[in-house]
Amino acid sequence: MEVYLQQLINGVQYGSIYALIAVGYTMVYGVLRLINFAHGDIYMLGAFVAYYVVTGLALHQHPSVGNFLFVLIVSMAVCALAGVLIERLAYRPIRNAPRLTALITAIGVSLLLENGGIVVFGADPKYIPTVLQSSVAPRGGLYISEGQVIMLAASVLFMLILRFIVMSTRFGRAVRAISYDIDAARLMGIDVDRAITLTFALGSALAGAAGMMVATFTSVKITPLFGLLPGVKAFVAAVLGGIGNIPGAVLGGILMGIIEAFVGGSALTTYRDAIAFMILIIVLLLRPGGILGKAVVEKV
Amino acid sequence: MSRRQFWLWRLISVGAALAALLGANALIISLRSTGWLDDYTYRVIMLCGINILLAVSLNLINGITGQFSIGHAGFQGVGAYTSAAFTVFVVSPWMRERGLQGTPTGDSALLIAGIIAGAVCASLAGLFVGIPSLRLRGDYLAIATLGFGEIIRVTILNIEQVGGARGFYGIPLLTTFFWLYLAVIVLLALSRNLLVSTQGLAFLAVRDDEIAAEAVGVYSTRIKVIAFVTGACFAGIAGALYAHFDGYLNPDNFRLDQSIIILTMVVLGGQGSITGSVLSAVLLTAVLEWLRFLPTITVGGRAFSPSELRMVFFSLMLILLMLWRQTGLLGRREFGWHVVRQYWRLLRT
Amino acid sequence: MVRICAKSVLWLSVVTGIVFALGGCKPASRPGASNSSGDIPVGVYLSFTGSTATFGESTFKGIQLATEEINAQGGINGRKIALHKEDDRSDAQEARSAVTKLIQRDGVVAVLGEVASSRSLAAAPICQENKIPMISPSSTNPQVTQVGDYIFRVCFIDPFQGAVMAKFAAETLKVKRVAVLTDVKNDYSVGLAKYFKETFTKLGGQIVAEKSYSEGDPDFRAQLTAIKAANPEAIFVPGYYSEVGTIARQARELGIRVPFLGGDGWDSPKLVEGAGNALEGSYFSNHYSHESTDPAVQRFVAKFKQRFNGEVPDALAALGYDAANILFDAIRRAGSTDPTKIRDALAQTKDFPGVTGRITIDADRNAVKPAVILQIRGKEFKYVQTIQP
Repeated sequence: MEVYLQQLINGVQYGSIYALIAVGYTMVYGVLRLINFAHGDIYMLGAFVAYYVVTGLALHQHPSVGNFLFVLIVSMAVCALAGVLIERLAYRPIRNAPRLTALITAIGVSLLLENGGIVVFGADPKYIPTVLQSSVAPRGGLYISEGQVIMLAASVLFMLILRFIVMSTRFGRAVRAISYDIDAARLMGIDVDRAITLTFALGSALAGAAGMMVATFTSVKITPLFGLLPGVKAFVAAVLGGIGNIPGAVLGGILMGIIEAFVGGSALTTYRDAIAFMILIIVLLLRPGGILGKAVVEKV
Repeated sequence: MSRRQFWLWRLISVGAALAALLGANALIISLRSTGWLDDYTYRVIMLCGINILLAVSLNLINGITGQFSIGHAGFQGVGAYTSAAFTVFVVSPWMRERGLQGTPTGDSALLIAGIIAGAVCASLAGLFVGIPSLRLRGDYLAIATLGFGEIIRVTILNIEQVGGARGFYGIPLLTTFFWLYLAVIVLLALSRNLLVSTQGLAFLAVRDDEIAAEAVGVYSTRIKVIAFVTGACFAGIAGALYAHFDGYLNPDNFRLDQSIIILTMVVLGGQGSITGSVLSAVLLTAVLEWLRFLPTITVGGRAFSPSELRMVFFSLMLILLMLWRQTGLLGRREFGWHVVRQYWRLLRT
Repeated sequence: MVRICAKSVLWLSVVTGIVFALGGCKPASRPGASNSSGDIPVGVYLSFTGSTATFGESTFKGIQLATEEINAQGGINGRKIALHKEDDRSDAQEARSAVTKLIQRDGVVAVLGEVASSRSLAAAPICQENKIPMISPSSTNPQVTQVGDYIFRVCFIDPFQGAVMAKFAAETLKVKRVAVLTDVKNDYSVGLAKYFKETFTKLGGQIVAEKSYSEGDPDFRAQLTAIKAANPEAIFVPGYYSEVGTIARQARELGIRVPFLGGDGWDSPKLVEGAGNALEGSYFSNHYSHESTDPAVQRFVAKFKQRFNGEVPDALAALGYDAANILFDAIRRAGSTDPTKIRDALAQTKDFPGVTGRITIDADRNAVKPAVILQIRGKEFKYVQTIQP
């Protein structure tokens, strides 16, 4: 029993990361109908920014909440900037082009970030010495590290803030309007370009936060290619929850994480990555709208 | 021109191509034996051939039928692994018993057997992927095919008998210039004939507007399945030829990266243009290989090796291509007899 | 008319470009044959970048030191050694390309490499086919030398190494229940795990759990949770340093307190960096310890420190040094740079005084040598004991 609960905890932790990344995918898809393949690489960028800031300023020798927040904010800011740049340079010029073109451009940007990362950062794996003391806290036989708790709390917090932004601010209303009908939104006087830029900034900031937290708390080694698979899985999570739907992305992310944890601990460990895709295909075939989404009607 | 004349011209084209193949084959063999053609350049030539097969077969699905498939490497992988497994585990022992191993006819027969096995399995994979995908359009189809490609790869990764994650060693080196480029000619002939014939119009109709095509009586489902299966079949053939050329297979060769490279070749050449795919396949293969020989550039104490810069160049090219010339090098234009006739007429005036 | 001409010129130039891009045709030199004067070209293919970058860096330093020493003495029979190095970026396919390039374009007479068994296995057939001798400094999977009679190694093989760890666990640590976590993407890991399991069960031990991961995976908590449930007394992780550090750290976070056991794939300065103090007190088998009192070892360590800024040589550097020296010795004994003669001389190597032990190449082209067990304490690998074959 204890094993299942532990796997559940592991799963929720993976899931919160997928949720953070998936939200960015879903927002961008909502406004632009574009699958931003480069999103996973923004996550990677967040991790690297955190690495360079921490080791550059030797922050790992002075662990504190303040330093942690500082690194977090820097990572989020850099990633937001990166997202905005990508949107301006690569996606805006082709906004009215066929979807295939946009998809290929997104793939190209993703490849560029990965290979550019290899060139700039080097392909050798790097580790971040811990910034915040991450001690193990046993609660009734289950082991949750403080780092995991912080990650979960941060994810929930971000999600709530995002929900507030989307539901209760003018910008949020603009984004929702654009996701219904971009031309009508323009006619209503909404500055579509600015709203889209902000959408990218927000989504990228969240991905950057996810990357920073994963690199800092789960002691993984970071390489320029490590965003590829989580990015794709987060996309699957977004589709699972209903693409274009933010709560759906969160739900999808958590579900994906839990499924992965259970598969990973079972006898089918090496099929772990394939499971994600099988889920994807089943969802696409049976309920393309996802769990919380609505069926899309194709107009002739 | 009459229907008979039309098919006569097609026959002459194919015949001429076959004759050219025999000539080229003789040339390559003589160059290699006298040492004028080194192994490395030969390797590049063979890789070009394999990539032509991959690019044109993907073009069949993407450019000509308008479906959006980015899991093509999966079909190549299926073809490669099944043909290699067939050759190594089934036919080779059978042949060894009968002392047929090592003879030219024996080797050719072995290769053909492997190719057929690979093609059949890849076609089945194409069927398996194509049918569920029929319900999906555009982006969703793309993602579904991506998913299938990955599922195929992870499945292969878990099959211990073919070496799993560590790779499949010891595949007999059977692929020759002749067989590879014969396959290329067959594929080109098939695609070209399809395009210029009346049956081909159905494919183009599905590409241009599926719902309208259905409305005028085209069985779009059947057309799409045929496109997937044929494309997968030739990708499988390409995989089989590759397996027996390199002698070593690893599931990592058939990741998403590979699908994207093939997709780039198709897009670069122009979706819907067979000539374009051929040209861009050769160009990209040659350029990517040639870039390996760039000197290592050292800027500010950090050495940049050519292999790293290679991929950066590649991705930049992809983005710029999309921003500036979405239709690719040739758009939908083809090189064919009509072009020759154009020039001929112009020269005569 | 002009437009058509212009277009034809454009296409003609594209085609010419392709032809040039293909490198054109030129007379190729037969691999390794035409060297009778000038520097002796020796190829080195290693992973200087990628997930196992320290393997390549360390090994190359050892090779470099040996080369510089012999060149300072005037080379072999008056000819100096010229090293041609290629980076395979920790990838098996790249290893094949690297070796092909070394043989075809650089015309090397012999090849040194690789560290990782998977990459050695991928590249060896090419060396064998071209009849260029290949010496692996530290690939331990037995299949490597089985590829053909041109493939050698200067280290022990995994049937021995797996047994060493199993014996140590059963007899010295006295544990009966061990879990095994294997890297399925890695020939070395799979092989070593197999041999460990064989010996450990023969000695009366029990393998309580077997889980796997892939090189490059970032997270192992799912597997570790399952392993924890099986209650092992130790966990054998025969993988590369790049993952082991993270595995250990995540295991500690899950409350797993038992020691880890490993093989020579752990040997890297980056191991402790990734693990923090999670691997404190854990053990692994290796080829040599720089703490050995053998004067030859101490001389080597001193020379290495002097050449490389006070850095202490790890087993990979030591093996690289030995591999290079054995090659040079064979070239000298062969009295020629003909690859076949070099191969024959290599096969007859007996009692060569290497810093990793006295090296004799046996009939299978492997070296029979003792292994050492090291324990991780702080940032250091401390010598525990030597186990003879």
